[in-house]
Amino acid sequence: MSTRTIAMRRPSLLRRIAGEDSTVRRLDGVMLVAVAGLCVIGTLLVWSSTRTWAPGSTGLVKKHLLNETIGAVMCGLVAMVDHRAMRAYAPLVFLVSLVGLGLVITPLGATINGSHSWILLGGGFAVQPSEFAKVGLLLIIAMLLAQPAEGTDRPRGLDVALALLAAAITMGLVMLQPDLGTAMVLAVITAAGLIIGGVRKRLIALLTLIAGLGVFAVFYFQMLEPYQVARFTAFVDPSVDPRGVGYNSTQSMIAIGSGQLLGKGLLEGGQTTGRFVPEQHTDFIFTVAGEEFGFLGSVTVVLLLGVVLLRGLKIARQCEDRFGTLVAGSIVCWFAFQTFINVGMTIGIMPITGLPLPFVSYGGTATFANLIAVGLLQAIKMRRQAFS
Amino acid sequence: MMRMRARLLVLHVLVLTLLVVLAVRLWQVQVVRGHEFVTRATETRTRAVIVPAVRGQILDSSGRPLVRNKTALVVSVDRTRLSRMKDGGVKVLRKLSAVLGRPVSDLQQRIRPCGPGVGKPCWTGSPYQPVPLDEKVDTREALQILERQEEFPGVTAEIHSVRQYPGGRAGAQMLGYLQPVTEAELEKREGLKASFSGVDLAGRDGLEYVYDDALRGKSGLRRVQVDRMGKALGVEEQITPVPGDHLVTSIDSRVQAVTEKALARAMKSAPAADGGAAVVLDARTGRVVALASAPGYDPEIWAGGISARGYQWLLSEKSGKPLVSRAINGQFAPGSTFKISSVAAMLRAGYPLNGTYSCPGSYAVGGRAFNNFRGIALGSLSLHTALVKSCDTIFYRAAYEQYLKDGGRHPKRKPKEVFANMARAFGFGRPTGVDLPGESPGRIPDRAWKKELWNQTSATNCERSRKGYPEVKDRARAEFLKRLALENCTEGFLLRPGDSANFSIGQGDVLVTPMQLARAYMALVSDGKLRSPRIGWAQVRPDGKVVRTIPVPVVGKLPLSEKERLYIKNALSQVAADGTAAGAFAGFPMNKVRVGGKTGTAEVWGKQDTSWFASFAPTKNPQYVVVAMISQGGMGAQTAAPAVREIYEGIYGIKRKPAVPGGRLTTRLPTFAPDGLVAGG
Repeated sequence: MSTRTIAMRRPSLLRRIAGEDSTVRRLDGVMLVAVAGLCVIGTLLVWSSTRTWAPGSTGLVKKHLLNETIGAVMCGLVAMVDHRAMRAYAPLVFLVSLVGLGLVITPLGATINGSHSWILLGGGFAVQPSEFAKVGLLLIIAMLLAQPAEGTDRPRGLDVALALLAAAITMGLVMLQPDLGTAMVLAVITAAGLIIGGVRKRLIALLTLIAGLGVFAVFYFQMLEPYQVARFTAFVDPSVDPRGVGYNSTQSMIAIGSGQLLGKGLLEGGQTTGRFVPEQHTDFIFTVAGEEFGFLGSVTVVLLLGVVLLRGLKIARQCEDRFGTLVAGSIVCWFAFQTFINVGMTIGIMPITGLPLPFVSYGGTATFANLIAVGLLQAIKMRRQAFS
Repeated sequence: MMRMRARLLVLHVLVLTLLVVLAVRLWQVQVVRGHEFVTRATETRTRAVIVPAVRGQILDSSGRPLVRNKTALVVSVDRTRLSRMKDGGVKVLRKLSAVLGRPVSDLQQRIRPCGPGVGKPCWTGSPYQPVPLDEKVDTREALQILERQEEFPGVTAEIHSVRQYPGGRAGAQMLGYLQPVTEAELEKREGLKASFSGVDLAGRDGLEYVYDDALRGKSGLRRVQVDRMGKALGVEEQITPVPGDHLVTSIDSRVQAVTEKALARAMKSAPAADGGAAVVLDARTGRVVALASAPGYDPEIWAGGISARGYQWLLSEKSGKPLVSRAINGQFAPGSTFKISSVAAMLRAGYPLNGTYSCPGSYAVGGRAFNNFRGIALGSLSLHTALVKSCDTIFYRAAYEQYLKDGGRHPKRKPKEVFANMARAFGFGRPTGVDLPGESPGRIPDRAWKKELWNQTSATNCERSRKGYPEVKDRARAEFLKRLALENCTEGFLLRPGDSANFSIGQGDVLVTPMQLARAYMALVSDGKLRSPRIGWAQVRPDGKVVRTIPVPVVGKLPLSEKERLYIKNALSQVAADGTAAGAFAGFPMNKVRVGGKTGTAEVWGKQDTSWFASFAPTKNPQYVVVAMISQGGMGAQTAAPAVREIYEGIYGIKRKPAVPGGRLTTRLPTFAPDGLVAGG
């Protein structure tokens, strides 16, 4: 009785947050549950794969949990911002990410695990600007292509050119590190923007041809590091060098395959304990899921990622403004590409590429970037109606 | 927005497709091929370390060990750990060499893996198995290593069991030896096939070889879980080894010792003697009581891996090939000991058992005179006396007559070959089947053998008959050889009259092994049945349970009636008392133990005679058959007979303590206490 009276008088804070017409109610709960599930699984897998060698009995779990918490906060903050306002900040975000990439190639940059893509912050923390660059590039391309040419639903030629320039600069800086995997993600993000943005098929075909020629040139003029070429060779035939480059591929297949249907149980994976798969807490974290949780567990991880992707696509489709659709669609393509490449390489259908598995792999900046992207999707979902 | 939505739909389909591709592939890798990857995971994740089983002992008939195990401190080095050190483990090896008193280079050579271009010493085993470097470490040295483990990383001192021979050199060839198993041998074994470790040993000769399966036991396995650097994380699986069974033999170690001593003395008594053998069989069972071969060697030479020089020594002419057992591999003409077969052949050819035969000093065979020993004529004799006095001419004549009956130089289509076939019935010309490896068959020079030999040698002989022997200095000898070559070239395929005459008295081309002769005599003096002698008596589990008793198979029957057999046996019973061996047995208490037998003196071209004595005792219901052979030992009565006498003296305790109380061999297997020790042994 009294509650009703108060409600009648003035909507409570609770009602404003959780009420039927509240913004929070419009969050995509299914996606958030899937993301949370992936984060929990990721934490367990990081524990399993790092407890044997990292200091402390829990390995890198504490640090991973801290990263996830920070990421969750970032996700929340981003979700609170109206994505249409984000459009205005896009150039700023992009420029900041370029500065980050630029700093990497100055003496401030650091090399970790053979990849020169880090900036050390002190206190054992380091950021990887290339992860943020994915968000930066994604936003600037969406911003440029969101404004269609007068009387059409296709972006203007100048905007397309600018988008390609932005992509070229970003990818160029990333290739200087060199980080082929991230450069490929950036290429996918660019392609996604162009395709969703409604660029003519002819132009897309032309750009595909140019990209194809570029790849050919890279191989032909031997611009790749020998280890990168070796990875591709090993992908085509892993028996070429089972102790060398073929080793990763062979060992990850062994780890995953030996999990069979039900897995060996958390912390029971002998291949994981013996550290036969390299980079197992980052790029090869999926092998831990395969070995310890079996087919049921690994397919669950794939399904959860699928839920995120499909919900993301739904958000993109339901969004009523071009910018939101572009951002959401590009994020889905980014995640889809990374998921397919990452899982695919551990089960021998994709070459070995240094890309983390979204929400699962250990890695601070990647976790931040992924959760920021989730925040973007949520922001778009909550405010999908275009201004009338 | 329509265009965007349409393109998003394409994206939707693409994402769904990729998800399905991943799920299908995961199903394929984890569920369809999961099993295959489980196997491969086990292979990469674990290292199998073999825990060798304790090998069974070889015991004599009373349970006294002929071969036993002693625990020894063995220092081993983990190669993988050394190789991961910055200096490749040189520092550790240097320290170890100071403790063991062996040069570093020697240790380094021993731990390197064998392979093409890497000669011995090298390690033949698995790289994950610690390499034993020294098997005779004393406790003080071992403690130095164990107490300062931090100074000796990768080095362990463990207690292993090592073969020990309480009898020293006695019966070394019979017992055999062990060597690390080869990969090929391991392939043939049951179980644990994939785990070739190099610490497993395999019997390579003698009883160790024949009864390897029983003695070996089953190796245990420790499956150690390792990480990718090969660091051990824990034991994933442990199979405890099953110790091997003991082999109880019919060897009596005291008789064996007596036999060895007698043989050694006989070898010493004949200045030219270059090898000898003595066989003691249990006439009632067909089992082997003692088996000796000279020269012998100390089987300790095999412990811890034999050196190349040591192995060459065992097989060299200079040392007299001590590795070769003369008892089963020494093939020599048997001389007059062979006459038991010839008498039997005469009986089968129709010569009367109680007839009288003339024994002239010489008998012409095919136009050539064949003489008695020293050409002495012995007058008219019964077959009994012919055996006792060892008349030759009676056998020449019978053999020549049978030779002519078969068609002589132009044989009938199916010659009877009575003498050769009787020799076969006595077990000559084929291995006895004794439970030792690589036994020689001997040789019966019949018509078929002659032809076979001619096929192989005629080309050389014919060439020699033309070109002669220019390299031979002595012209008379070269001339003789040339004529011989011509004869062999033109008619070498023919059994000549002289061949048949020589064969009848165990001379010429006929070859037998001491073991063959012993079992022939055993058949004659026991029940007429030809047996395949056995050394192994029973396979007994370490807890004393008898797994199986090894039977002595009967492989034939002498074609003689009981009466004929006893007639021959009776004749032989007189040889030692007042026949050819009377001198050797002078003073032997025949009233206490009557010994029967036959001397043999076989001529070997260019060498001293082979001395034989084949015997049995007591003559009434024989318990023992003893055969001695001394190559280049001279006359049978001179060297072999005294050796046999000494063996009997030892067994029956004449002028000394008896080796076998009452001369009666044990007929019951030794009993084992539950702790595996021989009760009362």
